[in-house]
Amino acid sequence: MRTSRRTIAAIVAGAAAITLVATGCAPGGGEAADPNEKITLTLATFNDFGYTDELLAQYTESHPNVKIVQNKAATSNDARDNFFTKLGAGSGLADVEAIEVDWLAEMMQYSDKLTDLSGPEVDGRWVDWKSASATDPDGRLVGYGTDIGPEAVCYRGDLLKAAGLPSDPDGVAALLDGGWDKYYSVGQQYVDATGKPWFDSAGATYQGVINQVENAYEKNDGTVIATENPEVEEAFTSVLEASSTLSAHLGQWSDDWTAGLANGSFATMLCPGWMLGVISGNAPDISDWNVANVFPGGGGNWGGSYLTVPAQGKHTEAAKEFAAWLTAPEQQLQAFTNAGTFPSQVATYTDSTLLDATNEYFNNAPVGQILTDRSKAITVTPFKSVHYFPINDALQKALTRVDVDKSQSISESWTQFVADVKALG
Amino acid sequence: MTTALDDERRIRRIAFSQKLSHWDVKISPYLYISPFFILFTVTGLFPLLYTAYVSVHEWHLIGGEGDFVGLDNFSFVLQQPQFWIALRNTFSIFLLSMIPQVTFALVIAAVLNENLRAKTFWRMGVLLPYIVAPVAVTLIFSNMFGDQYGLVNNLLGQAGIAPVQWHSQELPSHVAIATMVNFRWTGYTALILLAGMQAIPRDLYEAASIDGASKPRQFFSITIPQLRPTLIFVIVTSTIGGLQIFDEPRLYDQYGQGGANSQWMTITIYLYNLGWGQLNFGRAAAVAWLLFLIIVLIGLVNLAITRTIAASNDITATPRKSKTVQPRRQKVTA
Repeated sequence: MRTSRRTIAAIVAGAAAITLVATGCAPGGGEAADPNEKITLTLATFNDFGYTDELLAQYTESHPNVKIVQNKAATSNDARDNFFTKLGAGSGLADVEAIEVDWLAEMMQYSDKLTDLSGPEVDGRWVDWKSASATDPDGRLVGYGTDIGPEAVCYRGDLLKAAGLPSDPDGVAALLDGGWDKYYSVGQQYVDATGKPWFDSAGATYQGVINQVENAYEKNDGTVIATENPEVEEAFTSVLEASSTLSAHLGQWSDDWTAGLANGSFATMLCPGWMLGVISGNAPDISDWNVANVFPGGGGNWGGSYLTVPAQGKHTEAAKEFAAWLTAPEQQLQAFTNAGTFPSQVATYTDSTLLDATNEYFNNAPVGQILTDRSKAITVTPFKSVHYFPINDALQKALTRVDVDKSQSISESWTQFVADVKALG
Repeated sequence: MTTALDDERRIRRIAFSQKLSHWDVKISPYLYISPFFILFTVTGLFPLLYTAYVSVHEWHLIGGEGDFVGLDNFSFVLQQPQFWIALRNTFSIFLLSMIPQVTFALVIAAVLNENLRAKTFWRMGVLLPYIVAPVAVTLIFSNMFGDQYGLVNNLLGQAGIAPVQWHSQELPSHVAIATMVNFRWTGYTALILLAGMQAIPRDLYEAASIDGASKPRQFFSITIPQLRPTLIFVIVTSTIGGLQIFDEPRLYDQYGQGGANSQWMTITIYLYNLGWGQLNFGRAAAVAWLLFLIIVLIGLVNLAITRTIAASNDITATPRKSKTVQPRRQKVTA
């Protein structure tokens, strides 16, 4: 009895110890769209793209042969794991797959596994940099832009007021108008007056800084310069030095951080359009959050997504048509109304639906106008190629070690970051 | 099942039937056990060998098979400080979870083994945490163990104890993760040990009572030695599980990569980071094989210990004589 139990345990151990490895197979080809053929198109998104059933029903009304099934992943990370695993396996992806700008560059390496979506009807639909990042060296456009993340500053009106600072949106915009030094020095005033932190975390603030640097981690030819680029080290050091007094030392997206959104542990934070929903979702009972039409150093973009059509799909032509419809200005405006995802489509920027949009949670802030202004202030398009995501990940960890964990000094953490980047190779 | 008698009858009747039954006798036993081995080949052996094949190649998650690189992936992984940190963390979490878990489980099982009212209720009760999905357990616990606004630190603060950095520091993060493991598995382990305890002949205790041995003395001199086979089983299975710990550290923070300074990055998390973060399957497969070898090694050590114990374990010989003296037989159930 004893022996057999042990043998079974050992065999089970052997079986379970090994991760199943996906085998590669050849991708299936696409066929031309037949307008009468009954087909089902699958659409995979994450978080909330604002694609409600009502919105999708508009498409099936005009295309009665098409049935649409939407699968929503909880986070962009889940979507990324799923996307790359199935792209590698050569099957299993949805007909239309949403991807996030953070891992766009990684995906661009395999642009040959995606359908070329370019065409005269979508030329000039998006802001230039949005479509440029999704165009491969052969000129194939593989992703249709959905939203972008122009950044503003969100703040707690009650906390600023208590510190004797302006608390109305225009007053705050005037107060913070300037570069990062200005943002930090006003923060220092606030901290001196209240003894409470100014912003949420070094990681989030660094994200704002580095998204204004054109070639942070790589040259345009792909050479990695992250560890010797003085701009990166300067951004790293300056954010951490400011954080030592100004930061609430909360790791972004951690449980402490989401708790901090509601309990007033910090007064301001950098706010891309999609962040508005994160704040109102995590602090539904707070009525003092507001958003100011200003951003340190001008403008910056953080995040945003695309729709792609994997070549492995059975109905690539129909999927392309569907994706083009979903990312058309009219539909993206509906999505913005539904979920606050700020459009990347040029035509929407003059549309009154966008310009007149207000957000009740943020004290009826004119979010449409604010985000439009902030997107116009974006002057730099950071170069993000295949190395961007892992390097930025390592740098975020380096920031966390100093700002949140407080387990290392700034220079120790930088040294480890340099070693981590080497280990990526 | 064909009995021996049936076989003989058929053999006398016709030759083909004789042949058939000959095959039946020869082949049937293997057929009966074959489903396990077929299943194991498909789900166990094939991935095992395929992973070995992947580990000696450059292999990208999407790009697929690259050049043959021999043991380069292994030597790269072994030279990474991250690998050794992961190994340290894995063993630290494993020891922090196994030792208290087995200790508490022993105590709980000993209590449950007494004549309690509503026995089934208590026995089912200790199994409750095991029913809760590990993901749910982790989400709740990692919230409770928040560094700044977590419930645990709040309680510690009210007791006048300085807040513990449950995420930032190595040992506290290991303790927190081990707590989740213990929460989930202690009851389960207790039930297995209880089953083992129920199989211990009651007359041993009766004899000990007559000889005037106290309850604790009985526990250490009868229960523990008699439980050895069960204990070894529990230790072996929890070693295998413990070294592969993944859910808890993966969900312990928002990034799931084991912390900014790899405070709680275990081997499996390291494997995941290599395979799905850096999309490098070759190196991830090398880590998988190293983990496999480590588990095999520990399995062999366990085997050696078990053999030694089994050889020297004849403690049952003397007390068993009392069976004849004490004719009252207890029902032995598992």
